[in-house]
Amino acid sequence: MIGEPFANGSSFLHKRDPRIKLIGAAGISLVMALSSSLIPAATGFFLTALLLFISRPDPARVLKRILSVNLFTLFLFLTLPFTYGTGNTTTFFHFSPEGLRMAFLIALKSNGILFCFLALLATSSTAHLGHGLEKLGMPRKLTFLLLFSYRQIFIIHQEYKRLQRAAMLRGFIPANSLHTYRTYGHLFGMTLVKSWNRAERIHQAMLLRGFDGRLIPLNQPSPTGADYSFLILLLSLSLILAGLSFFPLPL
Amino acid sequence: MNKPPLLELRDISYSYPGHNSPLLNDVNLQVTNERIGLIGPNGCGKTTFFQIIMGLLRAQTGEIVLNGKTMEQEKDFRILRRTLGFLFQNSDDQLFSPTVLEDVAFGPLNHGLTPDAAKDISIKTLEHLGLKGFEERITHKLSGGEKKLVALATILSMQPQLLLLDEPSNNLDPATRDRLITILRELNLAHIIISHDLDFLASTCSKLYTLEDGKLSRCEQKQIHSHEHIHPYGNAPHQHGV
Repeated sequence: MIGEPFANGSSFLHKRDPRIKLIGAAGISLVMALSSSLIPAATGFFLTALLLFISRPDPARVLKRILSVNLFTLFLFLTLPFTYGTGNTTTFFHFSPEGLRMAFLIALKSNGILFCFLALLATSSTAHLGHGLEKLGMPRKLTFLLLFSYRQIFIIHQEYKRLQRAAMLRGFIPANSLHTYRTYGHLFGMTLVKSWNRAERIHQAMLLRGFDGRLIPLNQPSPTGADYSFLILLLSLSLILAGLSFFPLPL
Repeated sequence: MNKPPLLELRDISYSYPGHNSPLLNDVNLQVTNERIGLIGPNGCGKTTFFQIIMGLLRAQTGEIVLNGKTMEQEKDFRILRRTLGFLFQNSDDQLFSPTVLEDVAFGPLNHGLTPDAAKDISIKTLEHLGLKGFEERITHKLSGGEKKLVALATILSMQPQLLLLDEPSNNLDPATRDRLITILRELNLAHIIISHDLDFLASTCSKLYTLEDGKLSRCEQKQIHSHEHIHPYGNAPHQHGV
């Protein structure tokens, strides 16, 4: 259900320490989210596209992600140019270039942040990101929650599917009826109860193996020289992008 | 002075809240290096019995004694859990890490081994169980038999002195079941096995107990007898008593 299709690879970005990538992604996406003019947004867009290119992802999968994000920006392009701005709103048809510019800016920013996350975060597995976050000082409980939600959602989904199949096999066909709603209520309730029981058994299994609230990662590589250089590069990029916002630029 | 037994249960009684008849009633047992099989009807408290031994449930009366020391608090049971390994009935409850290697190394890491040492012992355990090359496999995508063997590996990597196995041969195909029998015979570890599979118990245990109506009782010694049985895969040649 939840795969990590981008995490397997051997590009330069895949080999970087997750901590470095987390800091870099936070820096770049923050600057991009706050930029309010086209030039920094466009520069950021091209830089993150370059990063994504370096990570050598599967083009079909990237396209799918781009499409799903741009479904939202499409709506902005359809509405903003005709609704944005003050001034002449009394006429029936109203076109605002300012609105078009705004839609364009949002599209650049959201795609840039998407590229940045695909290139930097999706190239690490969730487990590595979780441990990276913990080492960066995120509270242990939150790391634990992240890692276990990721692992358990899959199992809960399987449990739900199994119940749903059992219902289907006994002739249950969803319809707009009280019987359907009641059945779904039972399915959800039963999934909840079963997941709870399973969580308890897994907790027992962990206690039996000496778990004391701390997840110890098996691989603990330290950042290398390449990692630090890459961090400096990412942070300088963020600074340059941020700096561009302070210059009086034409767009 | 005699060395105390590895594990001793003294007058263990347990009943679920709201139930009148106790599930376990003054159960006594001593284990040092025996290989024990435990039989009993469904719902007679066999799994509860294991959970009590491991300190996951607390008996209402009675004592659990490990190497002569009575287990009282959670702290004591933490020590006990390093010595005893419990294989769950359902391997899905036992495997929770993304990859096989991470799961097998989980126990050793918690016991304070360095990542390198934990990795080392995990790989050795997997190799020993014939699971070489499974290190990076995803745990929830393994087959039922593979899950059972990996779950066993997660326990063996903690180097226990006594294994508690809860219906280990359930849902295993004949080949995996035979493999498990061979592994258990070669391990040379004390164990208590809960099972309804009498042939499995006969080939892995030297003592049999039954748990019925809350009482644990020793069965007669094994007797040579003949019985009718079905062979899987009908006409294939086979041997008895190997």
